[in-house]
Amino acid sequence: MIEVSGLSKSFGKKQVLRGANLRVERGESMVVIGGSGSGKSVLIKHIIGLLKPDEGRVSVEGKDITGLDEKGLYEVRRKFGMLFQGAALFDSLNVWENVSFVLLRDKHMSRSDARRVATEKLKMVGLAGVEDLMPSELSGGMKKRVGLARAIAYEPEILLYDEPTTGLDPIMADAINDLIIEMKRELSVTSITITHDMHSAYKIADRISMLYLGEIIETGTPEQIKNTGNPIVRQFISGSAVGPIKVID
Amino acid sequence: MVRLIELLGAYIIKFTEELGRVLLLLGNTTRLILLPPFEAKSVLKQMIEVGIKSLPVVLITAVFTGMVLALQSYTGFKRFGAESMVASVVALSMTRELGPVLTGLIVAGRAGAAMAAELGTMRVTEQIDALETLAANPVKYLIVPRFIAGLIMLPALAVITDIVGILGGYSVTVGLFGTSSTTYWKRTWDYLKMDDIYYGILKACFFGGCIALISCYRGFYSEGGAEGVGKATTSAVVLSSMTILISDYFLSAWLFK
Repeated sequence: MIEVSGLSKSFGKKQVLRGANLRVERGESMVVIGGSGSGKSVLIKHIIGLLKPDEGRVSVEGKDITGLDEKGLYEVRRKFGMLFQGAALFDSLNVWENVSFVLLRDKHMSRSDARRVATEKLKMVGLAGVEDLMPSELSGGMKKRVGLARAIAYEPEILLYDEPTTGLDPIMADAINDLIIEMKRELSVTSITITHDMHSAYKIADRISMLYLGEIIETGTPEQIKNTGNPIVRQFISGSAVGPIKVID
Repeated sequence: MVRLIELLGAYIIKFTEELGRVLLLLGNTTRLILLPPFEAKSVLKQMIEVGIKSLPVVLITAVFTGMVLALQSYTGFKRFGAESMVASVVALSMTRELGPVLTGLIVAGRAGAAMAAELGTMRVTEQIDALETLAANPVKYLIVPRFIAGLIMLPALAVITDIVGILGGYSVTVGLFGTSSTTYWKRTWDYLKMDDIYYGILKACFFGGCIALISCYRGFYSEGGAEGVGKATTSAVVLSSMTILISDYFLSAWLFK
């Protein structure tokens, strides 16, 4: 479904990705773990074509997206829905207009139909009666739910989650985990989540990959990752400050 | 010395690079103006932001500029008995120069800053990335409406400034110094040509495009959180104002030759 091969990217003198490889099968929930600054966000931004790699390729359903022009890229992006870390809701639009953004803009749906779809999608993420609120009136957890509703509004095949549980209290974080599982079950989407929250990773992942210094150093099921022999992965999943990963570099 | 040349070189490279990026953005923006979907609602919203909301401060600036212009030139001209020329000075200064430039500077400070801050905030909160993932071209969605609003509203504001400035001059010349109303209007039209007004409008149009483009560029490519947005906003205003003042000279030299 999605294949990342030999992906390298530098920003100025700083090399963030060094030949990363990742393969995600259709319908699978892949979780990419890694510390802050390990290149997780940069990786996910390449998968949806927001960044162009220096080297390597990203293919979605067998099609290389790295060389696509603007039009081709926008077509491919229709397959994707993305939930941003801070939800990235448009401040100037209310909740339902955010959710139906694509429907109103590109599919030329009438406002009343678009609103009805928005209400339905909001219900799927467990929200009701918030349609006319502005994003600034929502709590962090609600924003993420609205962001998710917006990402699923046009029924994409692939969902990307950028640190979905970061900044939420443990109960809200778990509610978001449940939602991610539900999305996979109900919409049978392929999903890629980047996170450093191991509790979340174990719960939502079919497979987990660890990104370290711009490379994927290990991939396996949650069980395999828990029992890994790799000292770097072991240090990360146990959350220890002592080990091969230096806290201050 | 080597260090100085190095610094200068780095500055020139950076300047050329940025100029190139602004011109690319200009090319992209003008191309997208002609392509559907047309964001009529956003254009209207931006026209209100740039035009209608700038109106109060533009009006106040215009009336006082016209007044002080009349006051100063009257005092000066009186020394050699040319008081009757005050109306012509006010009319020519307002239409050719002060109308477009003052309006430009005010809009740069008000609307330009708002554009840079808004787009900058959208950049750092990933809203621009979100637009991309929703397959909406952010240049089309965000920059084109602001650019159109600048192109249309700046000339409109400049014309209002011209008229209100001349009225300000009238109030001082006729009201304070007792020149007759007929003389004032006659003197206003005696030396004013339609070209003065047209070229003033043309300059305003150019300034409007520059303000929108520069401010959007600064906001769109801002980085580094709240601090970055602040920097983008400041530099949008400074750069727009500088561009207006510098290009004004060259445009005037070219148009009014």
